[in-house]
Amino acid sequence: MATTKPVTQTRRRSRWFAELGWRHLVGVVAVAYAAFPIVYVMSASVAEGGTLTGSNQLFGSVVFDNYAALNATKFWTWMGNTLVIAVVTAIGTVLMGAAAAYAFSRFRFSGRRAGLTTLLIIQMFPQMLAFVALFLLLLNLGEVVPLLGLDSKLALICVYLGGALGANTFLMYGFFNSIPNELDEAAKIDGATHTQTYWTIILPLVTPILAVVGLLSFITSFGEFIVARVILQSEDNWTLAVGLYGWVSSLLDANWGLFAAGAVLAALPVLVLFLVLQRYIVSGLTAGAVKG
Amino acid sequence: MATIWNSRQFGLGFIVKLILVGLVDALGVFVILAAWRAESWWILGFMVLALAAINYTYFTNRHTLPLKYILPGLVFLLAFQVFVIFYTGYIALTNYGDGHNLTKDQAVASLLAQNERRVEGSAAYPLTVLLRGDELGFAIVDDSGVRVGTADEPLQPAPDAVVAGGKVTEVPGFEVATPQDVFSRQSEIVGLRVPLSDDPEEGSIRTQNGATGFVFRSTFAYDEAAGTLTDSVTGTVYTATDRGQFQAPDGTTLATGWRVFVGTENFTRAFTDTQYSGPFLRVLTWNLAFALLSVVTTFLLGLVLAIVFNDERQRGRKVYRTLLLLPYAFPAFLSALIWSGLLNRRYGFINQVLLGGAEIPWLTDPWLARLSVLGVNLWLGFPYMFLIATGALQALPRDIQEAARVDGAGPLRTWWSVTGPLVLIATAPVLIASFAFNFNNFTLIYMLTEGGPRFADTSAPIGATDILISMVYSISGVDGSAPKNYGLASALSIVIFAVVAIISGLGFRQTRRLEEVL
Repeated sequence: MATTKPVTQTRRRSRWFAELGWRHLVGVVAVAYAAFPIVYVMSASVAEGGTLTGSNQLFGSVVFDNYAALNATKFWTWMGNTLVIAVVTAIGTVLMGAAAAYAFSRFRFSGRRAGLTTLLIIQMFPQMLAFVALFLLLLNLGEVVPLLGLDSKLALICVYLGGALGANTFLMYGFFNSIPNELDEAAKIDGATHTQTYWTIILPLVTPILAVVGLLSFITSFGEFIVARVILQSEDNWTLAVGLYGWVSSLLDANWGLFAAGAVLAALPVLVLFLVLQRYIVSGLTAGAVKG
Repeated sequence: MATIWNSRQFGLGFIVKLILVGLVDALGVFVILAAWRAESWWILGFMVLALAAINYTYFTNRHTLPLKYILPGLVFLLAFQVFVIFYTGYIALTNYGDGHNLTKDQAVASLLAQNERRVEGSAAYPLTVLLRGDELGFAIVDDSGVRVGTADEPLQPAPDAVVAGGKVTEVPGFEVATPQDVFSRQSEIVGLRVPLSDDPEEGSIRTQNGATGFVFRSTFAYDEAAGTLTDSVTGTVYTATDRGQFQAPDGTTLATGWRVFVGTENFTRAFTDTQYSGPFLRVLTWNLAFALLSVVTTFLLGLVLAIVFNDERQRGRKVYRTLLLLPYAFPAFLSALIWSGLLNRRYGFINQVLLGGAEIPWLTDPWLARLSVLGVNLWLGFPYMFLIATGALQALPRDIQEAARVDGAGPLRTWWSVTGPLVLIATAPVLIASFAFNFNNFTLIYMLTEGGPRFADTSAPIGATDILISMVYSISGVDGSAPKNYGLASALSIVIFAVVAIISGLGFRQTRRLEEVL
């Protein structure tokens, strides 16, 4: 329409602004809002002195003292702990969740509907609400098997895996249902066992949802605080969430540069995973998952 | 049946299965034996049942096919999610917490040990301090030979020990502590109590100087039949009460007690004790308001942005979208900590730079702190809602909007009567899930304000931005900021369960998601 009408340049411009240009204006403001705390923390991480006051001038100085100072702390131990815990939990969650979703999606057995409903109900009660009971349970377990007691990373992983079915089976179940049953039938006729069908036919087809569940599980246990704080007691076993919180809660001003450098490094693995898997996440999330 | 045949066909799979289940069995038997030694019957029972279920499921082939896939997750789910919910209910009915941490037997043993004195005129034994790793132990020499023990292991004869000059110089499994060790760990050594036997009434060996040991025996005597503890020095008789404590006739109690059932006392306390009931209602109100306002604000901002970026002619939409997702991709606990620095009253970026040095108490004034929490949560939550709203908008059928336009509705009217309601219906399950998530958004509250500023009218550690879960965390005392009170904390957890159940129930009834999913 615009091309058929003879309009002056200014009118065309104002029309462009009325239809599209203002959207860019909103976009720039929104991006500034979204990005500014992250820009700020990057600036604080390279600020000289490493105090909260000294971090207020954005990129007033660019030195890497704060990053170097991390070597003298337990930061890298915490990073290692967090990655181990989050990766093992993610793998375990994907394996157990996918297997359960497969059973619910492909087999018809008595108690199937009841099982699904129960999972739906359990899913409403996050594990962390029972942190007192978890603490006391591990206190008792630790007297029997110290490896599964308080202050053990393995115990924390087991606790996180306890939430694997409740949180993810539904998301996966819906996706498994969208894979046509004829594929299984065909494989069965060709002589494949249910195990072969599951590993070689179904799993490759549901890779997107496996990626989403794995990533969500990784992010959740990466940032989980309350259970990790209650279970992991010695500094050597802490996760990043517990350790970095400690830095900020005590001596906020003095530790700020250290924290900022730690925060930038800690966020990196998550940001990278997020960007790589963005396509899957967006589709997976619109299917109804919530970030934990 | 069919699967037996399959297993034979699929030899490799069968071997893998055999190895995996074998490993689980080995671990399970190890735990069962350990539980037997520690007399933990609950753990033993669970492990026996779990192992039986695992072996039955994977090695018989009757009706267990679906279970083969569900069982691994199910075992963890039962132990670490279902069980702990019921365990929470059980703890809520007890007075478990500081002063009531032990069982009755443990409490009696502990009281006897606490009140030990040197037996007058008893023999002095040559004593050697031992080390096993970091653990301290004693070796003494008496008529029968050398006996060795630690705080946890009562004295046992050690026939292999080497004695020279009346003193023990070598014990298998231990190292003899050097004078430096003894000097640097003096207070630990003086405090160490090595029991003579498993019976706490027999007393223990203690030392003052690390070289001579004396027999100490309790001045308290426990009469199990009468349930009384008698102090032989003062003559006071303490009687066991049903509150889990020993009480003297004059009403004084001994500090070490044991856990007992107190019925619904924890629940009534939460609602009637003035220390808790007033703050509890304020916390509950704020918790509901926080969750609701969080959903509303994030959804509105996300929706507006989704509408703004829903015009296909606009260039750079992908870039905007990726950048707007930043707050969502950034780990939430880090964001909350960063914001706590940004909003710092004295040195924070917001006050110092954006507001030119104003000292606005963003996180320390009750109402401003609540506002800040909502503001930060808006930043954290809007990208997710932006994603959801974008998805919903793109899934809308175009002809409906066309129809509205043909019928003469303007853009606003179309939005209000057609597009808006459709988007709302499509996103309702997500909004409910988001409400439930924010209702328990512990990380945000704790990282940003730790629940503070504290209420002035109660000594309980509860503050203006506390939500139920952060209040429970503080009250439980697991972080050491308050006396431990597992019973009350568990009771409050049960209250949260109830609130969540009611809200989710209402929500699901509204959206009928249940029927859709099943």
